[in-house]
Amino acid sequence: MRHTISVLVENKFGVLARIAGLFSARGYNIASLAVSETLDPDISYMTIVVEAKDETVLEQVKKQLNKLIDVISVTDFTKKEHIDRELILAKVSCPAKEKARLENSIKKYVAKIIAFQGEVAFIEAVDEQAKIKELLENLSQFGVKELVRTGRIAMAY
Amino acid sequence: MTGAQILIECLKREGVEIIFGYPGGQVLPIFDKLYDAELKLILVRHEQGAAHAADGYARATGKPGVCIATSGPGATNLTTGIANAYMDSIPMVAITGQVKTFLIGNDAFQEADVTGITRPITKHNYLVKDAKELARIIREAFYIASTGRPGPVLIDIPSDVQLQDVEYSWPKEIEIRGYKPTYQGHPGQIKKAAKLIAESKKPLIYAGGGVITSGCNKELRELAEKIKAPVTMTLMGLGGFPGEHELSLGMLGMHGTAYANHAIMESDLIIAVGARFDDRVTGRLDAFAPYAKIIHIDVDPSSISKNVLVDIPIVGDAKNILTQLLLELKSAPDTESWLKTVESWRKKYPLTYKEGAKIKPQYVIEQIYEATKGEAIITTEVGQNQMWACQWYKYSQPRTLISSGGLGTMGFGFPAAMGAKSGCPDKIVFDIAGDGSIQMNIQELATCVCNKINVKVAILNNGYLGMVRQWQELFYKKRYSHTCLYNPDFVRLAESYGAVGIRVTRKDEVRPAIKKALAIDNTVFIDFHVEPEENVFPMVPAGQAINQIIEGLA
Repeated sequence: MRHTISVLVENKFGVLARIAGLFSARGYNIASLAVSETLDPDISYMTIVVEAKDETVLEQVKKQLNKLIDVISVTDFTKKEHIDRELILAKVSCPAKEKARLENSIKKYVAKIIAFQGEVAFIEAVDEQAKIKELLENLSQFGVKELVRTGRIAMAY
Repeated sequence: MTGAQILIECLKREGVEIIFGYPGGQVLPIFDKLYDAELKLILVRHEQGAAHAADGYARATGKPGVCIATSGPGATNLTTGIANAYMDSIPMVAITGQVKTFLIGNDAFQEADVTGITRPITKHNYLVKDAKELARIIREAFYIASTGRPGPVLIDIPSDVQLQDVEYSWPKEIEIRGYKPTYQGHPGQIKKAAKLIAESKKPLIYAGGGVITSGCNKELRELAEKIKAPVTMTLMGLGGFPGEHELSLGMLGMHGTAYANHAIMESDLIIAVGARFDDRVTGRLDAFAPYAKIIHIDVDPSSISKNVLVDIPIVGDAKNILTQLLLELKSAPDTESWLKTVESWRKKYPLTYKEGAKIKPQYVIEQIYEATKGEAIITTEVGQNQMWACQWYKYSQPRTLISSGGLGTMGFGFPAAMGAKSGCPDKIVFDIAGDGSIQMNIQELATCVCNKINVKVAILNNGYLGMVRQWQELFYKKRYSHTCLYNPDFVRLAESYGAVGIRVTRKDEVRPAIKKALAIDNTVFIDFHVEPEENVFPMVPAGQAINQIIEGLA
């Protein structure tokens, strides 16, 4: 099962390597990882989506993260009210005659066409994972040529 | 002050008296300052020896051990010793030189990404890019190494930072927001534990290395005597409870006593103190202690429910928690019939060995025990020698057994003995070695002789890598693949270094040789030619439940 956790860390060189090393050394799986500076430039915020087969593994992941000196705090969103989003960029096949249909099919999502280049439309979308999944299924009828995702970012209420 | 001067000054402020190290190109500025510093540097003959010596020093004294090496190969040679200290939670500060800051990443001569290499084997590490940060980093390093669950911390210092001239001030306060170890146990959990203990019928104390680290051996003894519970120890926990005490069951696990393992399997309440349910202790996990509730006292939250799910976790310092627990314990359980059962196992499955024509290694250890009145510091190598040293020497005090528990590092015992003797010069220090492992750091003979660090080494010479051979005998149809050793003449080898060598081939020579070695004011190698194919028993084959014991004596 996938769990979303956030980790506040010291914004120093090598911290990402410590986190990544911990996951690989202990055999935990990262489904996605997003990192950036916070309002305090000394602190970075990581949102990690962890693949954990049960509660015990998730507990260990959190404890092991907490053990790292550069980790300030760990928040588990599994049982916590939160919002999460993911940003995607997609290249979609779109001959001129299909343009209107494409525009229509993304209308109900937080998505837009940023540009056209020849017969390719560049789409940006920001939404929660389920919606993104749905959007991608919708887009598949046009043919998704390339896809880039940021991975999930999450914030507690 | 220069970075190198700041380092020396800070080490003094931290109370460091001895450093084990080896010079090289990228630590020249530091060694130049060491030339006239009051700090004593013990020049080893291999950096691995420096790391193990610092580790042995830390285990014997309780203070952080310090080692230093140059960049690249100097640093990589330290890594086995660092990993060893990490697995056994030993406080250590390792200092390495690094190529100049502007060369880092350029594949410079003797460059290695040492903070990268040591990240998974240190509690924390630092690459110092500005000498202004050095004092704070050193202060933090010692603090992190020696608090909470201790461990090694590495500081990598580029040589230009060692030469950088900056203002120095000793940081009074340490503030690390991501590091706040818990020392006080949760009162509610302690209450629950007390209740569970009072209600138990077959309690058993399972004591690990945390007992030694927290120094709670007195409280542990008080608890055991108060609730009349037998005590079994891990390899790391030996000495945490007196080995000759009537409640002591000795070591448990793969080569533990049969009665300790039976007690674990029959117990209804295990009180784990500073132990981590290692696979060499638990054997097959799903069969481990089927009837027991478990109270787990540990300073490291991540040790709790890692391998075995526990009923009452108490995170904090064992000494604090046991003190509180003793106050909470209003009544003691009735364990009379439980103790009788345990005693019947002790009688039925005693620790024993058969006499033979050749010297038995177990006999050698018994004789060392008697000759030193159980008051020596014993270090061990890894393998059969280590298991016999754990089984046949009875440790009455903490910090008297120094052995590579988690990593199982051959070549640890001799340099560790050197470190222990440097820290405790008034103690007798005996390394119990095998003919294989002694050769893994035998170069430290020169260090011992030069610095008059007089340690005694008992080589249980069976001409084999004994433990591997034992497994080949039992599980690989006696196909002794690459376990038969060609050995040097250990007596002449010791003599060539200026140490003393004694060869013992007959049983009646064992005790006199030990006596003689103890009387010699020099490092002594005693080459005991022991029964070549003696096995360590009892034994639980890997992956079996820990009451599936091979006795091997029938």
